Amino acid sequence: MSSDHREHIGEIIRVNGPIVEARHMEHAGMLEVVEVGAMRLIGEVIKVHRGAATIQVYENTSGLSPGEEVICTARPLSVRLGPGLLGTIYDGIQRPLDRIAAISGAMINRGEKADPLDPARTWHFQPQCKPGDRVTTGTPFGEVQETLSINHRLLTPPDVSGTIVSIVPEGDYTGEHHLAIVKLDKGGERPLTMFQHWPVRLPRPVRQRLSLRQPLLTGLRVIDAFFPIAKGGAAAIPGGFGTGKTMTQQALAKWCDAHIIVYIGCGERGNEMTEVLREFPELVDPRSGRSLMERTILIANTSNMPVAAREVSIYTGITLAEYYRDMGYDVAVMADSTSRWAEALRELSGRLEEMPADEGFPAYLPARLAGFYERAGKVETMEGKEGSVSVIGAVSPPGGDFSEPVTQHTSRFIRCFWALDRDLANARHYPAISWKNSYSEYLVDITDWWKNQDLDWATNRQVIMEILQEETALQQIAKLVGPDALPEGQRLTLLIADIIKNAFLQQNSFDEVDMYCSPGKQSWMMAMLVKFTLRTRDIIRRGGALADIQKLPGLDRFLRMKSEIPNGDTQAMAALEQLLSNGLDALERKFVE
Amino acid sequence: MKMPGLEYSGVKNIDGPLVFVDNIRNVAYDELVVITAPNGEERMGQVLDVTATSAVVQVFGGTDALSPAGTRARFLGESLRIPVSREMLGRVFDGLGRPKDGLPMPLNADYLDVNGLPVNPYAREYPRDFIQTGISAIDLMNTLVRGQKLPIFSGNGLPHNRIAAQIARQARLLNEEVDFAIVFAAMGVKHDVAHFFIDSFQSSGVLNNVAMFLSLADDPSVERLITPRSALTLAEYLAFTEGMHVLVLITDMSNYCEALREISTARGEIPSRKGYPGYLYSDLASIYERAGRLRDGSGSITQMPILTMPSDDISHPIPDLTGYITEGQIVLERDMFQRGIYPPVAGLPSLSRLMKDGIGKDRTRADHPRVASQLFAAYSKVKDIRSLASVIGEEELSPVDKLYIQFGHEFENRVIGQGEFENRTIEQTLELGWDVLKILPRAELLRVSEEELQQYYDQAPQVETLR
Ligand SMILES: Nc1ncnc2c1ncn2[C@@H]1O[C@H](COP(=O)(O)OP(=O)(O)O)[C@@H](O)[C@H]1O
Ligand SMILES: Nc1ncnc2c1ncn2[C@@H]1O[C@H](COP(=O)(O)OP(=O)(O)O)[C@@H](O)[C@H]1O
Ligand SMILES: [Mg+2]
Ligand SMILES: [Mg+2]
Repeated sequence: MSSDHREHIGEIIRVNGPIVEARHMEHAGMLEVVEVGAMRLIGEVIKVHRGAATIQVYENTSGLSPGEEVICTARPLSVRLGPGLLGTIYDGIQRPLDRIAAISGAMINRGEKADPLDPARTWHFQPQCKPGDRVTTGTPFGEVQETLSINHRLLTPPDVSGTIVSIVPEGDYTGEHHLAIVKLDKGGERPLTMFQHWPVRLPRPVRQRLSLRQPLLTGLRVIDAFFPIAKGGAAAIPGGFGTGKTMTQQALAKWCDAHIIVYIGCGERGNEMTEVLREFPELVDPRSGRSLMERTILIANTSNMPVAAREVSIYTGITLAEYYRDMGYDVAVMADSTSRWAEALRELSGRLEEMPADEGFPAYLPARLAGFYERAGKVETMEGKEGSVSVIGAVSPPGGDFSEPVTQHTSRFIRCFWALDRDLANARHYPAISWKNSYSEYLVDITDWWKNQDLDWATNRQVIMEILQEETALQQIAKLVGPDALPEGQRLTLLIADIIKNAFLQQNSFDEVDMYCSPGKQSWMMAMLVKFTLRTRDIIRRGGALADIQKLPGLDRFLRMKSEIPNGDTQAMAALEQLLSNGLDALERKFVE
Repeated sequence: MKMPGLEYSGVKNIDGPLVFVDNIRNVAYDELVVITAPNGEERMGQVLDVTATSAVVQVFGGTDALSPAGTRARFLGESLRIPVSREMLGRVFDGLGRPKDGLPMPLNADYLDVNGLPVNPYAREYPRDFIQTGISAIDLMNTLVRGQKLPIFSGNGLPHNRIAAQIARQARLLNEEVDFAIVFAAMGVKHDVAHFFIDSFQSSGVLNNVAMFLSLADDPSVERLITPRSALTLAEYLAFTEGMHVLVLITDMSNYCEALREISTARGEIPSRKGYPGYLYSDLASIYERAGRLRDGSGSITQMPILTMPSDDISHPIPDLTGYITEGQIVLERDMFQRGIYPPVAGLPSLSRLMKDGIGKDRTRADHPRVASQLFAAYSKVKDIRSLASVIGEEELSPVDKLYIQFGHEFENRVIGQGEFENRTIEQTLELGWDVLKILPRAELLRVSEEELQQYYDQAPQVETLR
C-alpha cells in the first residue's frame, strides 16, 4: 500500500480556516481521511469535484499554505476498538488525551499523534472457540476482563465469515496479536485481533431493533417518576445557560443503571471534563461496587479545540457506544452539547458557501440530527443478545428560546423532552426540569416494569401530577387575589403542591444522601405524598383547618425526608410514616367527634 | 522555500478593514503582514483566507488612508507573536504588545503566538480555592475561586468598573500570601476608564504588579481583536511558566464583539443572530477558555471579563454566548442601582458555577452551601410576593409574606449592599446572611439543616427588625 503513495498526493490551493481545498485529488473518495501539509494535520474529504477536493481539517490550520501536499490514506475516518477504551479520555478524533499530555505537555500541539489504544499493553485473553468452529459477524471468539466490572467480549468483525483455522491458548497478548486465523468463505485467510476499526459515520449492524420496555433508572425523581427515559431511548435536555444541562448529564452519568457510559463534551468547558476525570474515579458505582471511571469513556472536544473535530466527536462517541452495545451491554451516551455540534456544522457550511436555511444552519441539519438520534435503540445484536444505546443530548438554545432550529428539529427525533426552566434555576430549584413543559413518550412503554415493582406506581404518579396541574391553575387566581383569599381546600392544594416541589421534585446533586434516590425510596416517597394528600383532603372536607395541618407533628421531618432518610432505610421510613399517621389520626378524631 | 519579508507593491482592493492582495506566492494562513500606507506608515495585519495567488488580509491598524496603488504588503512568514516576560509588569502596551509608555521593549523576553494553544483537559486541575473578595454578593452568593472565569454582565452607566477595581484591590486567598499579578486589557473604552483603573491600582499600591494592554476608543477597532489575546498570552506565561497567580481583567467584551462583527460583515459572511458571525461562540471560547489551573501545580489565571449588555438585555448574543462559556456571571441590575444599592448585583440571575466545590467545610464554613441556597430560595420568593403585593397591596399580604418583604429589603440593603471600600471577611458575611434569615419563621427555612438552625438561628438573639 505504501509503495503507490506517490500517486495519491494532492496539492493545497486554498486555506480558509478549517476548510482546505486541494487539487490533483482524483483518487480521493468522499469521507476519506487525508493528511494535510507538512504538519500532517488530520482531515476528511467532504466534497470532491473534478479532481478538486474540499477537506475539513481537524486541527488548527494556522501556517498552512497553498502548494503544500495532501496525502490520501484511502480509509474512512474510523475509531479503534478493543480493550483499553474504558477509563480513557479522547479528543474528537480519538486521540488519547492522557498520552498526548505525556508527549506534548499541558497544551495540545498540532499534528500530535498517539495510538488510541496502547499497542504494547497485554490483556489476558480467554479463547471461546476452537479450530473448525464457524464464525460470522458477531460470533464471540474470546474475552478479556477489561476492568473489574466489565468483561470485554471479543466478537468477530462484521466483514468476516468463515471457519477458525487456529486460535491461541489462554494467555496474555497485545491488541494487534493474531489471536485466531479464519479461513474466509470468500477465500483467503484473515487474522482476528483484539483491536478492530470501524468508520464513525456508519452505524454498526444489528439483527433487529427491539421495542423498549425497561426504564433507564437515573436516581433523579423528576425523571424516573415523571418523565422517564427507556433503555434504548433518546432524550433531549434543552435549557439556557446555567439552567443545569451539564449537572443533570453528570448526575445521569454517575447514577443511571447503564453498564457503560460514553460522555461527550462537545464544544463545552475544559474544566467540566476535568471535573469528571477527577471525580469519577473516586465515586463508587452502587451496583458494581467499583469505581465509576471503570465504566466510563470520555470524549472531550472542548469549545477552544478545533471546530471540525467537534463535528465528528459525537460520531466517535456513539460508535464506541455501539461497540459495547454489541457485546450485550446497556450503554448511555451523554452529548453536551448538541447545539455546539450543530454550530460546528453551521460554521463549516458557511465556509463552504452553502445556501443557509434557518438561522444560517445548513438545510441538512435535521437529517444529520435524525441520523444521530437514530443510532439510539434497543437491539438484538448480530450475536443474538440484547443490548441498548440510550442517548441524552443537551441543547443550548440561544437566549433560552426553544423556538430555535436545533431545539425544534431535535424534538422531532427524540421522545423524551426535559425542558429546563429559567425561573426554577434562578430560584435554585434543581433539577430545574419543568413539570409543565417536559414530556416523555416512553411512559407507556415502561409502566409495566414499574407495576412489577410497585402496584400503585402509576396511580400515585397520576395523583401527584394532577395536584401540580391544579396548582398551576390556582396560582393564576392566587396571583390576582392573594392565596389567603382562596377556600381552605384550594389552599391545601397549594400546600401539598409546595411539599411535592420541595420535598420530592427538588433534588440537590451535592446532597450526600439525596444525590441518588433508589427506585424503592422513590416509590415510598410517592406513596407517602399520596397518603398525605388523601387524608388531609378528607380532614379539610370534614371541616378541619389548614392551620392544624401546617402544625402537624412530623411535618418538618416529612419535608426533609429526601435528605434525612437514606436509600433502603426501611426502619426510618416506617418510623416517619407512623409519626405522620399518628398526627393525622389525632386530627381526624378531632373532627369525627 | 518560504521567503519571509517578501513585499508586494500595490494591492487589488480595500474593503472596510480588509485588504485583498493579488499575485502572491507562498503565503500561509494566519500569517502576519505588514501593510505600508502610501505615507510610509506601517500597520500590522493577518491573513484570513489564502489561495495560491491571492490573500485576504485583516488590518489591525485600520485601512484609513490606504489606496490600492500606493499600499505595500510584506508577508512575514509567521503568526503574530508578542513578547512575554516578568519585566512587563508595571508597564503599558498597546493591543499588539508594543510599549505605549515610552519605555523600550522588555529585554530577555520570549516571543509567543498570541493565539496560544488549547489546554489539554487532561492536564487541567479543577479550580476550587476560595478567593475572598470582601464583597458579600460575591463571597456568599456567587463565590469566586482561583482559576475561574467569571464575567460581569453590566449595562451602560452601571458601576462595573468600580466593582472590578474593588475586587482587584481586595481579592485574596484565605490564609495565603501568593505571588500575584494583574493583567488588564481594555478594548474600545475611553481614556478616563483606563485612568480610573490606573489610579485605583496606584492607590492600592499594586501598580508594579500590573501589566496593561490598552486599545482605547480612539485606536483602530480591529486591534481590539488581538488585545485580549495579547493579554492572555502574557497571563499564560506568568501563570504557567512563572508560577504566578494572575487576575485578568478585560473590558469591554462588547466592543470586542463589535469589531468581530465588522470584520465578518466586510468578508460578506452569513450572519447569525443580530449580525454577529455564526462562530462568535467559538471565537469567544478561544478567549474565555484561556483561564484555569494546571495539574503541574503552577500558578493560575482567574479571568474577569466585563461586558455591557446592549439595552440591558441578557439574551443578547454577547452576554448569552458568554454565559454559555464562562463559569457563571455576576449580573448587575439597573433597578437596584437606581435604589442606591452598591454593588447592584442581581440576586437571581447571578451564578458562580465553581462555587459548589470552593465552599463549605474546610474551605469557607460548613453551613455556607445551604445558607446560600436558602437565601436564593427565599429571595426568589420575595420576587413573587412583591409582584403579588403590586396587585393586591402590601397590607393584604399574609403575615408570613410580609416577613418576606421585610427580608427582601434587609437582604438587598444589608447583605448585598456594602461600601465600595468595605472589605468583609467570609465569617462577617455569613453572619449577615443568618441575621437576615432570622426575619423569617423557622419553618420556612427548609434548605438549611436542623443542626444549622439550632446553631445559628436559635442560639443568637433575634436581630432588631425594621418597622
Ligand atoms: N479504518 C482504519 N483507520 C485507521 N487505521 C486503520 C484502519 N484500518 C486499518 N488500519 C491500520 O492499518 C494497519 C493495517 O490494517 P489491518 O486492518 O490490520 O489490515 P490487515 O490486517 O489486513 O493488514 C494497522 O496498523 C491498522 O491499525
Ligand atoms: N441538580 C443540581 N443540584 C445542585 N445544583 C445544581 C443542579 N443543577 C444545576 N445546579 C447548579 O447550577 C449551575 C449550572 O448548572 P449547569 O449544569 O452547569 O448548567 P448548564 O450546563 O445548563 O449551563 C451549577 O454550577 C450548579 O451550581
Ligand atoms: Mg492487522
Ligand atoms: Mg453546561
